[in-house]
Amino acid sequence: MPDTSVKSPVLSRLGGAVRWDTSVGALLVVLLICSFSFVENFGNALNVSFLIGNTLPIALIALPMAMLVVSGEVDLSVASTAGLSSAVMGALWNAGMAIETIIPLCVLLGVVCGLVNGLLVTRLGLPSLAVTIGTLGAYRGIAQIVLGSDSVTDFPAQYLDFGAGRFGDTFLPYAVVPFVILLAIAVVVLHATRFGRSLFAVGASEEAARFAGVRVKRLKLAMFVSTGVVSALTGVFWTLHYASARYDNATGLELSVIAAVLLGGIDFDGGKGTLGGAVAGVFLLGTMQNVMSLLNVSAQSQTVATGVLLVVSVLAPRIGRRISQARARGRTAAPPPLTAPSP
Amino acid sequence: MPATTAGSRRLTLALATVTALALGATACGGTTKDDASKDSGSAAVGKADPDAKTKKGLTVAFLPKQVNNPYFTTADKGGEKALRELGSTYKEVGTSSGTDTAGQVSYVNTLTQQQVDAMAVSAQDPGALCTALKQAMRNGVSVVTYDSDTNKDCRQVFVSPASAEDLGRTQVELLAKQIGGKGEIAILSAAQTATNQNTWIDFMKKELEKPAYKDIKLVKVAYGDDDAQKSFQQTQGLLQEYPNLKGIISPTTVGIKAAAQYLSGSKYKGKVKLTGLGTPNDMRAYVKNGTVEEFELWEPAKLGALAAHAAVALESGQITGRKGETFTAGDLGTVTIGADGVVSPGEPTVFDKANIDEYDF
Repeated sequence: MPDTSVKSPVLSRLGGAVRWDTSVGALLVVLLICSFSFVENFGNALNVSFLIGNTLPIALIALPMAMLVVSGEVDLSVASTAGLSSAVMGALWNAGMAIETIIPLCVLLGVVCGLVNGLLVTRLGLPSLAVTIGTLGAYRGIAQIVLGSDSVTDFPAQYLDFGAGRFGDTFLPYAVVPFVILLAIAVVVLHATRFGRSLFAVGASEEAARFAGVRVKRLKLAMFVSTGVVSALTGVFWTLHYASARYDNATGLELSVIAAVLLGGIDFDGGKGTLGGAVAGVFLLGTMQNVMSLLNVSAQSQTVATGVLLVVSVLAPRIGRRISQARARGRTAAPPPLTAPSP
Repeated sequence: MPATTAGSRRLTLALATVTALALGATACGGTTKDDASKDSGSAAVGKADPDAKTKKGLTVAFLPKQVNNPYFTTADKGGEKALRELGSTYKEVGTSSGTDTAGQVSYVNTLTQQQVDAMAVSAQDPGALCTALKQAMRNGVSVVTYDSDTNKDCRQVFVSPASAEDLGRTQVELLAKQIGGKGEIAILSAAQTATNQNTWIDFMKKELEKPAYKDIKLVKVAYGDDDAQKSFQQTQGLLQEYPNLKGIISPTTVGIKAAAQYLSGSKYKGKVKLTGLGTPNDMRAYVKNGTVEEFELWEPAKLGALAAHAAVALESGQITGRKGETFTAGDLGTVTIGADGVVSPGEPTVFDKANIDEYDF
């Protein structure tokens, strides 16, 4: 982190107060309050459960994605991994395999997808953006080979109920439970363990982290595998939630995930951000989408609104940092460090 | 690197454990396709009262497969007109992609939330909408599907473009006439999962079994996924693969247009016959330049209008979706519900050089 060293105490206190992820959280709260008060049909339990159910796939993948981006890498193949997992699930189900076997196999598939990405990035030193654009196409292609353009819908009722149902008449879908567990794990790992601190260190400066004894490659490989596993699980959830295994499930989801993660204040260059911010970003986007639908905003305008929000979310923290840097420089520049004789 | 070997050994161990657990689960007997029991509860509940008064001031939402698709725009306009005449309100929502099933589900949920009285849905996927549509019906929303059906217990009435049997059989008749009753033919369909396409193709195959068509051989069914570029390439592929091909049936508006585009720019123009389902506006140029002689389609506006009438009749309690019930549908007259809650606006219209200019959709 090159820029934090020169900050006046006032500015850093100000910077602490208006941290981007905190403001996203606040914005989410404001949006929720406004929607509950002013948007017709928003506040009832059924709608909130729809909102959560539709946002969960993004929220699930956002957890490992946020950590991956913190470490300075990105995975664009997550939606294709989910699609592949869904296709494999459908194909194995059609072949007569038990669903209790299929789900662990899908997780295994996620491990393999993540390993391929991770090994290509860490062993061959390729940029993750390029590698995962490649596997984005490849995994989706394999998914289509596996299942064709078939759709499989006859999964056992109790699993479908888990995917789409909610606790009684409350607003909580069943599937919130695994999400909360994963969220807790992710928060502890990223913000309270050596592994998490190493991720930040690698994202801030890979070289420095390596000299400090962090096993950079292994760390990244572990993150790619985790991302693969969660993506595959999301594919399973998606299949049950929409009662349909298709090769084109979750198409384009990677963009929503990355948009939400960046909106939540995870720096695309790595080294900065919090999971709280990322989750707030996810639900801010999800709530906006839900509200816009209830207000009859057309699909096209919704896409535009999301896009604008994303650009703003990437720009705003940067501009903020630029301004604070400029101010800091203005102060330190006043007494210029002249030709101080250095030893 | 000893560390890495240890790491990979641990990984192998983990993978082995997962696999063992998975296989264990099967051994203990998990839920498979065979034991998943199917609950086929009928959607039609309550009693129909054919003399019930037609309700006014209802809100009926149309959810096409894809908004801004000219075919659905025409169909939905037909629905809008019918609703205006019935004194009810029309609205249209939907995804801009034809394969965004998650988006379509969330539109169904939104409409349920907005408490519309009825919705007419053209399903992108027969299964994916089921949970959402059942939830809509539980919340008192009448559900009609049009053009593309869901599983039959997830809606009350399905408005089928024309009877599937008519459509399948007449397309074979049209092509047989054009190729003089003999030769190799192929079918260019949309997606392999498209329920309506598959039903028509089954009827085409049945029609082809008749002795009159003994000299016609169906060599391949190709799938263009309702994507113009892919359908274009599939046409090209068919002609390369089967040099003796005499004709193509494309029962999809996107497919027939792409095939016509390819034929019209190739040496096969006029030699390889093309028919199927297309819209007059899409096909006008190809009929006039001699690429296509005759093709057919139902009138989408009638389809939308019938969906609107069915929705209002359901909401008014005149029908419940059971076989044999009848309702009046404006210009379309009295309509009787067939097996599985299916209704259709009648025979398809055949378009050729002589009449194509009379239509604009």
